[in-house]
Formats: sequence, C-alpha cells, structure tokens
Amino acid sequence: MNMENPLEPKTYGVVAEFADADSVLAAANKAAEAGYTVMDAYSPVPVHGLDAALGRKPTKLPWMVFAGGVAGCLVGFGMQVWMAHVDYPWNVGGRPTISWPAFIPVTFELTILFSALTTVIGMFALNGLPRPHHPIFNTPNFDRSTIDHYFLCIEAADPRFNEADVTAFLQELGPEAVNTITDA
Amino acid sequence: MSSEVKRDPDGQLPYISGHNLASVSDKISEITLRPMKNLPLIWYGGLALGVALLQLLFLAIYMLITRGTGIWGLNVPVAWGFAIINFVWWIGIGHAGTLISAILFLFKQDWRTSISRFAEAMTLFAVVCAGLFPLLHVGRPWLVYWLFPYPNTLGMWPQFRSPLLWDVFAVSTYATVSIMFWFTGLVPDLATMRAKAKDVWAKKFYHGLSLGWTGSARHWHRYEVAYLLLAGLSTPLVLSVHSIVSLDFAVSLEPGWHTTIFPPYFVAGAIFAGFAMVLTFMIPVRSIFGMKDLLTDRHLNNMAKVMLFSGLIVAYGYMMELFFGWYSASVFERFMVLNRLTGPYDVSYWMLILCNVLVPQALWSYKVRTNPVLLFIICQFISVGMWLERFVIVVISLHRDFLDSSWAMYAGTKWDWAMYIGTMGLFLTLVFLFIRTLPFIAIFEMRELIHKDEHKHDDHSDEKH
Repeated sequence: MNMENPLEPKTYGVVAEFADADSVLAAANKAAEAGYTVMDAYSPVPVHGLDAALGRKPTKLPWMVFAGGVAGCLVGFGMQVWMAHVDYPWNVGGRPTISWPAFIPVTFELTILFSALTTVIGMFALNGLPRPHHPIFNTPNFDRSTIDHYFLCIEAADPRFNEADVTAFLQELGPEAVNTITDA
Repeated sequence: MSSEVKRDPDGQLPYISGHNLASVSDKISEITLRPMKNLPLIWYGGLALGVALLQLLFLAIYMLITRGTGIWGLNVPVAWGFAIINFVWWIGIGHAGTLISAILFLFKQDWRTSISRFAEAMTLFAVVCAGLFPLLHVGRPWLVYWLFPYPNTLGMWPQFRSPLLWDVFAVSTYATVSIMFWFTGLVPDLATMRAKAKDVWAKKFYHGLSLGWTGSARHWHRYEVAYLLLAGLSTPLVLSVHSIVSLDFAVSLEPGWHTTIFPPYFVAGAIFAGFAMVLTFMIPVRSIFGMKDLLTDRHLNNMAKVMLFSGLIVAYGYMMELFFGWYSASVFERFMVLNRLTGPYDVSYWMLILCNVLVPQALWSYKVRTNPVLLFIICQFISVGMWLERFVIVVISLHRDFLDSSWAMYAGTKWDWAMYIGTMGLFLTLVFLFIRTLPFIAIFEMRELIHKDEHKHDDHSDEKH
C-alpha cells in the first residue's frame, strides 16, 4: 500500500450504470437503506425523488433569491432617494424631491435584476460550477449520462465504503455495468 | 415503440411521438454537429442574405456617426421617428420569447418545450436590434454611458422621474435576465452536445460552455428550483418592460398618447408581433431540417390561437383609442383621431387596420391555423401591421399637435430605411448562426417530456383499460 504517494490516483468511488430512471431511483433507495450516505446520481433528465432518495434536504436557493430581491429593492429605491433628494436635490416641475411613485419602475427593475442574478449565480455557485474536471467523467460510457443512461456513484468518502462490498452490492441492483473510478 | 400514435384523452395528437431519449438527443444535436457541406442550401442562402443586409447596417451606422442624426428624416415637431418606431417594434418582437419560456412554463404548457429555446434566442437578438436604435439616436453613441447613474464631474444624477430613464433600466435588466435565462436553459444541452461531438475542438467548446455539467441529482434539484424562480421573475419583468416602453408615450401629454390603456395594449401587441415572428422562422425551419415530428401542426395551431387572442386585445385597443378621442371632449384629442382616420397618413392607419385587425380574423378557422403557408402569410401581415401601428402612434400624434404653426410632415429617408433593413440583416445573421452552433430545440426538456409521458402512461394504464 502506498497511500501516501500523492501522485497515485485514489479511488473516487464505484459507479453503476442503469438503462432507465426507475432502476436508478430504486437503486438509490436501496443504497440509502443499506446505510450508504456519500453518494450521487447522474441523469439525463431531472428524476423526481432521486435527490430526496439520496438523503438531501431541499436547497436554500429560494431564500438567497429572496434576500437578493430585498437587496435590489432597497438599493434601487435608496439610490434614487439619495441621488434626487440628498446628494443633488433638483426641482422638477415643482414636484417633491422624494416623488416616490416615479421611483417605482426603477426600484422594480432592480429588484428583478438582483433576484435573477442571485438565482443564476447562486445556483451555479452552490453546484460548484464551473468545474471542468470531475472524477465522475472518468466513468466509462459516462457520455450517455447526458443522453439516455443513469449512473449511481457510491463514493470512497463514504464511511462504509469498501470497494469489493460496494461493487457486489451494486451488481445486485440490475445495472448495465459497474466500474471503479479514480480521481485522476 | 408502437407504430400507431397514441392520442391524448381529449383526442388530440401528442406534441411529440415516435421518439425516445436517445433519438431526440440525436436528432436535435445532429444539426449543429453535421459537417458544413451537409447543411441545406437554404441555410447558406439565409445566412448570406443576413450578412449582406448586415453590411447595409454597418454603412448606415458609419454614415450616422460621421454625418450626425441630420441624415435621418427627423424634424420638429416629429423628433421621434424611425428610431423609436423600430425600437418599439423590435422590443415587442422579443417579448414572445419570454412569454413562451416563462409564462407558458408557469402554466405548465408542455407544448412550449419545442419552441422555447428558439423563441428565447429570438428575444435576445430582437433586444440587440432594439437596443441599437436608442443607442444611435443619442447621436454620440460613445457617450451612451451618460444614461446611467455614475459619479461624474458635474455632480449630477439622471432624472429618475423620466420614463426614458425607466426604459434604460427596464431594457438593460430585460437583456441581462434574458441572457441568463437562455444560458441556464442551455447548460444541460451543452453537456449533451459535448457527449455527441466527435471533433476534439467541438468537444472542448461545448464542454467549456457547459461549465462541466454532470447531471448530478443534487445539481438537477437546484437547477429546477432556479429555473422555476427565473420563470417567476421573468413573468412580471416581461410585462413591465413593454409597459414601461408604453409609458414613454403615455406619461407625456401628447394627444393620442396620454391614455391609461397603453401598457396592456402595448404588451398584447408585443405578444402578437412576437408570435408572428416566431412562426415566421419556425415554419420554414421545421421544413428545412425535417422537424415536423417535434414542431407539429398542433404547435402551429396553439401559437395561432395565442396570436388570435392577443390580436383581439390589440383590436380592442384601437377601438378604445377612437372612443377616448371622442369621450375626452378635448379638441386636440378629437382632432388627432380625425387626423388618423382622414389626415395625410390615413393610408397607414387603414393599412394597419387591415393587417392587424381584419386579416388575423382568418385565424378563427382551424384549417388556416394548421396550414403553414397561409399562417406564414398572415404572420407577414401582422409584422407589417405592428410596424405601422407604431408609425401611426409616433408620427400622427406628433406631426400635428397643439400649435398649428409648427405642423410638419415626416418621412423616413434612405438612411432611416437602411438602418431598419440593416437590423433585419443583423437579426437574420444571428438566427442562422444560432441554428448552426447551438441546439435550437431544448434537448433535455424534450427528453423530460418523453420521460414524463412514459410515466404518465404507466400510471394510468391500470385505470383506463
């Protein structure tokens, strides 16, 4: 064993390949029952229930977007009040300097802009993207994960991970193939 | 796969048939990945036409920048001419994309899937074309950053009570959010393209753009939440954008502009024009690339219905404009209405009624709605009609307003027309390049549709038979 050698590729996990969504969903449920916790599934379409089967809580993204929207609203309205009332009070046709109804359109647009930016940047950031290299790409035939095949990976980081046991376990779930992949 | 097409419970043909996950991925990605020589001749023709007209745009911009806005037909009182007409026309066309991708998504209209990507791309390109007009209308486009609130040596800030400034924020937000929405939708498809691409550089190109998408269950979960949120955010946004554009007119005191009906009537007009433009491209594209199994006659039928409905709202708007003119009891409003109906630009007005009100009534017929040729012709009428609508609104109100000593006539010069036709070249160029480089139907959403369909049949198989 040369576990100390940093150049030696380490095992990333064991990956099972399935031909349909129901099989991968059933496999994920069985793996969770068997006590595996560190795993992920890869699919060409979002499979409902898969994320929950892998034991994850719903994302906190909506709360981040809400915060982004509130920030956009405050920034938008605050900016106009500060510019038109505090920094350079400007009499336009005798209207009050804080003529708030006229400030609504810009406030609204900035609310949407900040929320949308939070949504997209937040989603990609939480997903850890962009990430050009991921060990899962070492899986044979993984190209089909974006076409019509489904993959379940039990990762080496799992406390109960043992390559032989996990391979045997996955073999019983009716996969097309089972492969061990490394992180390099 | 059964040879007989399964019908929906209501007897309608399905939106997609005879496909599985792999075949639909193959079919759509093949267009972008096939060798250049295998592209249909008409694609080359379309691109060539676009690029040729694009040169006209470059020339028009060069002339404008070197000679100034005096080469346009603008005068006083008609200080808003083609630039505003074309801006409103293009930005309206863009609205169909967001409507299809966001609003129909929220209403769970599965048929949007086949057209959403293309319509979203069209939104972006239309916004680019629209943005050029105010950009160039300022006369010195290199100083356009003056529109934004930035700290400057004068210590002054923009006038936040002006609808023109609201426009700056609305259109730039709309452009930003549309790009993000479009790109987010593309990411899983770019991963499919990466898998499908044989060429090593094409693979790298799509891999880079896909940001390394893996299709992890965790990622899909966040992705779906984000997509739903974006749809929810884009819906009020798209309604606000054309409403704010209409406020450019409605907030002023000009006869014919100062009406509360403008925001909803402009939004309906935008949807009307936008669907016409989507159909203008979808009808030929589905024939050229043999996509009739994904873009079915039923899609045409649905889109034609949306057009008919929004067209009726527009027609109602025209009626109300006449009514307001009379009901206002204002001498200027009444004169404006009469000037529209019988003045020097009466031909534009009656042509507008013909194109936008009379011709679209043919869409009541199912046979017309599912006849691609007739539908295409009607769409051309609508595109012309919507341009005339903005011409009528902008020019007829301005050219004879309160003070008859300053009445004048207005007509676009050859440079006005060159700029307008040039932006069509820009639009065509972008559309044809897009068709070639990116999947123009959302592949993963089509897969999802098939996936859902399969499961729907599973669920109901026991109850039904």
